[in-house]
Amino acid sequence: MANHQHSDHHDSESFAHPISVKLLLGVFISLVSLTILTILVNDLSLGQLDIWVALVIATIKASLVCLFFMHMYWEKGVNVVAFFSSLLFITLFIGITLMDTSAYRDSKDAFRNTLDLPVPVVTPPVSSTE
Amino acid sequence: MTAADLTAATDDHHDEHHHGPFIAHHFDTPMQQFDSGKLGIWLFLTTEILFFSGLFCAYTLYRYHHPEIFVDASEFLDKILGGANTIVLLFSSLTMAWAVRAAQLGQNKLAGRLILVTMVCAALFLGIKAVEYSHKWDLNIWVISKYNFNADFVPPAPEGAVARALGISQWLVNLSIIPAILFSGFLIGGFVYRGMGNKVVSSFFFGLAIMMSGYFLGAIAGQMYQNSIHEHHDAAHTAAHIPLDHGPAQAADAVTRPQAIGIFFSIYYCMTGLHAIHVMAGMAFLSWLYYRSLRLHWRPDYFGPVDYVGLYWHVVDLIWIYLFPLLYLIK
Repeated sequence: MANHQHSDHHDSESFAHPISVKLLLGVFISLVSLTILTILVNDLSLGQLDIWVALVIATIKASLVCLFFMHMYWEKGVNVVAFFSSLLFITLFIGITLMDTSAYRDSKDAFRNTLDLPVPVVTPPVSSTE
Repeated sequence: MTAADLTAATDDHHDEHHHGPFIAHHFDTPMQQFDSGKLGIWLFLTTEILFFSGLFCAYTLYRYHHPEIFVDASEFLDKILGGANTIVLLFSSLTMAWAVRAAQLGQNKLAGRLILVTMVCAALFLGIKAVEYSHKWDLNIWVISKYNFNADFVPPAPEGAVARALGISQWLVNLSIIPAILFSGFLIGGFVYRGMGNKVVSSFFFGLAIMMSGYFLGAIAGQMYQNSIHEHHDAAHTAAHIPLDHGPAQAADAVTRPQAIGIFFSIYYCMTGLHAIHVMAGMAFLSWLYYRSLRLHWRPDYFGPVDYVGLYWHVVDLIWIYLFPLLYLIK
């Protein structure tokens, strides 16, 4: 029994990986800085680039949270693969939906005509902001 | 502290062939139990991401086809309130990750305090969110079916005695009724249990009352900010809409545009609403962790629940990290 307890103790040391407070605070400060950065960058008008810059910054923030706050850096491979498999399915989900989305335009417009409503002009993304 | 916890916990265990007091009989070692739980929570979080992906898909689709609607509609969202909420959530993630560390080291008191700070931040987030929602309802912005904005529209004066006296949105007062009831209930519970001499349960109830006070802190701070920018804000709304109604080139568009802005807000309410529901669920799980911290349950070979709830809480934060730029930072 004593032996057994000893081995438990050994186990416990192998599966608890406390992260240093310094690292946690460092990650937090980076996250706050990136949040302020993304608001400031938004004030510059980058036009079409805006959304991509915002998404890249968000992804960097998300990676920091995943790697350190969620301990993914030290995590077992199987758990990481399980979690990121969701991204694969999201890509398929959104990608295929976007491919399909214009397929119904003709029938949609035909339906709208039967309602006698004005067909909205499909404006290019930039022109209508002014 | 740590040593005392361990002794107390080991004394607890009876003559079962097992080691810790919290290890289920079908596991051989604490590590095996921990790893199973870990795989379970990761799988659950995968389904959570997929759950939200439906809304992200709707968002992508509508933004891809109608970027101009998103530009107009995001005029109604306040970057400062959204940014403040982002920082509140990031801070709560920090305290949560720190609480996991404390639990791993068997520092129950520290873990309890950090979990309590996380709970307060969650409530603070909801308080600020309540200010944002109530402001939109004051402007008559709902989901698509009821939304009919026009430049001449004057927000109805808030009705009700409290609203008139304090100059705060009546919607916010209505939203705050349940938190107020909970706050008083928890406070009474804390005093009752203290009277009975049950220190752990009374601390638990007082902790819950402190958590609910976070909601009021957020709501009051948010409303003060909202009032301070109110005039500027109204001007911005008008400025955003005059060109839409008077632009001759867009006469045809003007018919469909006001309702179409409602599409953005339908998506907005669904995304932030589902997120807020997750925050509330997180508050419930965190309360459970807080109670167990007060009972001194965590030890180096048993801290799984803190880790699992922590992972859930970080996913709630992750989703907000994407929601913030996608909804608030559109130009």
